[in-house]
Amino acid sequence: MSPKSEIKQFILGNYLFTNDESALADDDSLLKKGIVDSTGMLELIMHIEEKYGIKVAEDEMVPANLDSVVNVTAFIERKLAK
Amino acid sequence: MIRSLHHRGPDGYGFHESGPVGLAHARLSIIDLAGGWQPIHNEDRTVWTVFNGEIFNYIELRAELEALGHRFATNSDTETIVHAYEQFGLAFVEHLNGQFAIALWDETRQRLVLARDRVGIRPLFYCLDRNQLLFASEVKALAAGGATLTLDPVGLGEAFTFWSAVDPQTPFRNVRSLPPGHLLVCENGRQSAQRYWQWTPRADRAIAQLSFEEAAGEVRKRLVEAVRLQLRADVPVGAYLSGGLDSSGIVSLVRNYTRNRVRTFSVAFEEAEFDESESQAAMVRYLNTEHVTVRCSRRQIGERFPQLIWHTETPIVRTAPVPLMMLSGLVRESGYRVVLTGEGADEVFAGYDIFKEAKIRRFWARQPESKWRSSLFGRLYGYLKHSPVGNAQFASSFFGAALTDLANPAYAHGSRWGTTRRIWNFFTPATREALAGRDVQAAMLDTLPAEFAGWDGLSRDQYLESKTLLSGYLLSSQGDRVAMANSIEGRVPFLDHELIEFANALPARYKLRGLEEKAVLRAALSDALPADIIRRTKQPYRAPDSASFFENSQPLPYVSELLSPAALKRAGYFDPALVQRLVEKCRQGRAIGFADNQAFVGILSTMLVHEMFVEGRERNFDTSPAVEEGVRIESVQ
Repeated sequence: MSPKSEIKQFILGNYLFTNDESALADDDSLLKKGIVDSTGMLELIMHIEEKYGIKVAEDEMVPANLDSVVNVTAFIERKLAK
Repeated sequence: MIRSLHHRGPDGYGFHESGPVGLAHARLSIIDLAGGWQPIHNEDRTVWTVFNGEIFNYIELRAELEALGHRFATNSDTETIVHAYEQFGLAFVEHLNGQFAIALWDETRQRLVLARDRVGIRPLFYCLDRNQLLFASEVKALAAGGATLTLDPVGLGEAFTFWSAVDPQTPFRNVRSLPPGHLLVCENGRQSAQRYWQWTPRADRAIAQLSFEEAAGEVRKRLVEAVRLQLRADVPVGAYLSGGLDSSGIVSLVRNYTRNRVRTFSVAFEEAEFDESESQAAMVRYLNTEHVTVRCSRRQIGERFPQLIWHTETPIVRTAPVPLMMLSGLVRESGYRVVLTGEGADEVFAGYDIFKEAKIRRFWARQPESKWRSSLFGRLYGYLKHSPVGNAQFASSFFGAALTDLANPAYAHGSRWGTTRRIWNFFTPATREALAGRDVQAAMLDTLPAEFAGWDGLSRDQYLESKTLLSGYLLSSQGDRVAMANSIEGRVPFLDHELIEFANALPARYKLRGLEEKAVLRAALSDALPADIIRRTKQPYRAPDSASFFENSQPLPYVSELLSPAALKRAGYFDPALVQRLVEKCRQGRAIGFADNQAFVGILSTMLVHEMFVEGRERNFDTSPAVEEGVRIESVQ
């Protein structure tokens, strides 16, 4: 499964408890749409670190990296490419 | 009907029937132990009443009424109600300082009056069933009287937004809760609700012009007066002690008005995360009280949750009331039946983080580009330092939603309501359909007073807090209902209406001084408490949530049963597939956020309400206490 599908499945299953892909657009803001709260963001980071074996540094915890499926996927791909 | 309320009044029952009306009362003897039996009538037996609660100013009111020619047959506070009604008509309620749910029958006018105290400390429900008006302190008595109970999706929608249905709405389709500060007058076959009080800011030049120090002095004087009034009882009065400013302040003031050592009670948790034993112990040493503690484990919370829901009669989103139910059990075992609590100070003097958060957001909204302004959230929420959203850009996106929408009445509360409303995602299509087009938030905001928009921000936030969380949840599921589960009367000096009215005339900056909450109250209590308690930041009272319902990674047996796909499908409120995923997440210990925990507790409690009140199945705990031997039962004619 591509990181994009995997991350989308994780968000759908873990926060929205559904498999219905139409419940979340790839560029929806997770915070603004109320899909993820502050502890939810922590869960997402833990998931990324465990699943992809990467470390999210403090200065990387910004919306540009973590606030949508598109942003998270691009962030993971950038980290993996390093 | 009255037997189902035995836990609220285990000392005896009294009845009166007159034409179309029957009054019944379960007595918890506190004032005039020998003569205070109800129903009570006036001199010529044309006005009758039963009531639950206390009229604290009964001594002064009685003197006033006697001077006007009324003759009293008892020494009870109840009797002031019938004479005050004779004297003042429906305005009688404005003369009462107390916490009460009253039913009064005026035989001459054939008029039934129901009245509820100003802030909703005592509950009062009613329903129209087959041309019969039933009323009682709890919904289970209406069911015992023949009312059919079904859950109302609107009530669920409200509970999963505001933490409780907002009066007069209840979780039940045909049951209404008389809103705080209201009368219901039933006459000539019609009922009309009339408001006699509401929580509003008051324009009072004399109070507004007080200096901060003068205001603190006045708060002290009025709080002492409220405590003095609320210590009135013919049985000993104890007090809850959480270790925080509010309850410690009350206990400290009580010590000045009683010769005996004060008896105090507190909850301790096995989990250090929730435990406040250390500050409680420090306060006990300082105040020299005779203190007892009930220790509460996660397991007990899970096991006693069904019993809690039997008493709350509503879905709830937190488990925090369970330890308080255990605490009132400890009070009862200790031989006490009345306790003072520190409830209400956070609403009256602006103690909650939600008020501070809104203050920062309003300040930030004046200059939305300011990074420094938004960084103030780090001061408010220490945990943000360690949280991914502590990052300034995230904080901006998290707290900055609708930042400049200052006219929005839900400016402070929208985020909390939005988080809770995520439980709606679990509703079945049928429940959603029943709620289709129903914006419970907009509907509630539609009932705001016309003047609301002109109030300052803090006054607006305080009003909404009192209208939603205070009466619907804190004074109910976490207040009256868990105290009365063990026949304990809780009293709340901070909610003395004269103190509220005074505080509501103070400038907002006296309550929130910078980001210091309850500033004027801290100053008022500064010489009554140690400096570290005065300076201590408010600790929210919490208890373990979803983790309480699992043992060795397996749900407790009743949880498995109620949250099974078959049971969920039969009840029809929640989507079984979604709930299964949530349960699995909780089972694995991965539910660490508010949203998941609220959803789990909310869904489980709804299923318990359904089982006990809709299906009428009894659980294996003491739901209907037997009439004890020697209990007085009498019919007053």
